[in-house]
Amino acid sequence: MHSFTPDAVRSLRLADTDSRLAALERFAAATFPTAQDEIWRYSRIAELNLAAYSPGTMSTTITGADSVLTTDELDVSDHSLDLFEDLNEAFASVIRLRIPRGTVLDEPIVITHVLQGSGGACFPRLDIDAGDDSEVTVIERFMSADDVTGIVMPVLHVRARQAARVKYLAINELGSSVWQIANQQSVGERDSTTLLSAVALGGDYARVRTHAKLVGQGSSTRQVALYFADGSQTHDFRITQEHIAPKTSADLLFKGAVNDVARSVYTGLIKIGPDARGTQAFQTNRNLTLSDGAWAESVPNLEIETNDVKCSHASTVGPIDEDQRFYLESRGIQPDIAERLVVLGFFDEVLGQLPTGGLAADLRLRISRKLHQAMVPA
Amino acid sequence: MTTLTITDLHASIGGKKILNGINLTVSSGEVHAVMGPNGAGKSTLSAVVMGKPGYKVTAGSVFLDDIDLLALPTWQRAQAGLHLVMQYPTEVPGVAVVDVMTEAFKARGRTTDDVAQMLRTESARIDFDEAFLERSLNVDLSGGEKKRNETLQLAMLRPRIAILDELDSGLDIDALRDCARRVEDATNQDGLGALVITHYSRLLEELKPDVVHILVKGRIVESGGPELVDVLERDGYAAFESAVPDDEPSALDDLFAGPGTLR
Repeated sequence: MHSFTPDAVRSLRLADTDSRLAALERFAAATFPTAQDEIWRYSRIAELNLAAYSPGTMSTTITGADSVLTTDELDVSDHSLDLFEDLNEAFASVIRLRIPRGTVLDEPIVITHVLQGSGGACFPRLDIDAGDDSEVTVIERFMSADDVTGIVMPVLHVRARQAARVKYLAINELGSSVWQIANQQSVGERDSTTLLSAVALGGDYARVRTHAKLVGQGSSTRQVALYFADGSQTHDFRITQEHIAPKTSADLLFKGAVNDVARSVYTGLIKIGPDARGTQAFQTNRNLTLSDGAWAESVPNLEIETNDVKCSHASTVGPIDEDQRFYLESRGIQPDIAERLVVLGFFDEVLGQLPTGGLAADLRLRISRKLHQAMVPA
Repeated sequence: MTTLTITDLHASIGGKKILNGINLTVSSGEVHAVMGPNGAGKSTLSAVVMGKPGYKVTAGSVFLDDIDLLALPTWQRAQAGLHLVMQYPTEVPGVAVVDVMTEAFKARGRTTDDVAQMLRTESARIDFDEAFLERSLNVDLSGGEKKRNETLQLAMLRPRIAILDELDSGLDIDALRDCARRVEDATNQDGLGALVITHYSRLLEELKPDVVHILVKGRIVESGGPELVDVLERDGYAAFESAVPDDEPSALDDLFAGPGTLR
């Protein structure tokens, strides 16, 4: 038995208890997934023991959002991707951002969640409703001290209305004992552009499932991610780009590295519906395996129901290029530093595309430190 | 005074013998040219001496003064004072030459305070566009720019002995002159010893060799003064090739060399 019960929901004493209880019922009625389900293939879902957790606490700070925070229900998404999204709805701490029509926020909104205590389950939920011709950048950071255990199940819903420009970056800086199961949905209306990006450095098993839907003609999404797992970490990304309207475009660049006995999973599905004529969709996933025990899986897929499309996908998994290593070492650079240069260089392409605000240098330093830990044996 | 001594060097790749007993001695301030036809083993020689993975030394030795280079990993060979200017410099996305030089200086215990200034000065000296200093190594560079970049690094690192593997391939006359003169200056001013691998004589008009060696089928078949270049210009390699028994087909240079450039 676990402690995610109707009584636990009622004890939150919130106005929307009824809809939360309904969500909890959906969660309870759902079949618990296994690695035999395609969307959970290669995952560590079999290791998840919900009974080990109880509703927990996190501290959340928000900067730059004063003018757009709202408590109103937002029309962002009408369905949930899986039972964990339902569980999130039952226990969610909700942040709602409504960017009024025509409003351009110059500075990024930064939301920081820090998990507290141990054994806690946290359910941050972020709704972003970007009005016509508005522009916003949101950075959401997930953090915990290294000795904290727990699980976080974040949910993100984005609606980019006509010609809106939304940029979102999730940064996973969780401790190495924390689990993450995240669900993200975005809906792009006519001529909107949406950037969904991620940096994953932390967590034990850290999963992000993203469903980006292009419902308006001429809308586009771009997805960019950088992930680096070491020790026994697993980073797991499940991406769907769904093209519904004509002349939509999607572009994706995911770059990851795995070291020690860490694992990573990328599955990307480009789904093009019968009406999505004149659509372009591209996916590129590149992975560096930095040790013999590390493992990366890359599975791109296409599902196309119209002829008039331009699609491509590319994926690679492999060690550091031997010629690159030799080139740097021939300059007198030690092997571990040569590797660090090559890996940082590999990630540079992604770092340059992230809406990091003032965090870029800090992120580069974190990656560099992680490389240093990983590559110089103690 | 530093001397690179290559003695009876035999090497193979994938079980195929490429070098069949190379003997060469290059000392500070000297320019030695190694000339030979395609497949003679020129690039293999440079790769083996620098320690490129994939090659197997089956006999012989390479010493830099009393340092046994073959016993060292590549980076320690470089720190000992050896340098390789590559025929096809590798592209390293996201890594700029300024990063590489900074780490290379640190690795040698040299101060990094003046790296930026030195890079500007040396770039100007060989007409290398400063904009490239911050960009990814060799990515989207023309043939000439790549060789200027290689020459720039040679000038920065001030090795004692440098192997120049076809510095003249894929570059125009202006770049050839700028690069060759910079190397010539290093031999005159800093006492650099240079082993210049080429199969055209044009480079040697700018970078004057003291000794010319002819490499055929993995062996040095003739050594002499600069006048040997004229003999080659007149007679080609054919005369030298026919003098060597055809026991070991050794046309694997192309494997190492990689695709794309006129040879």
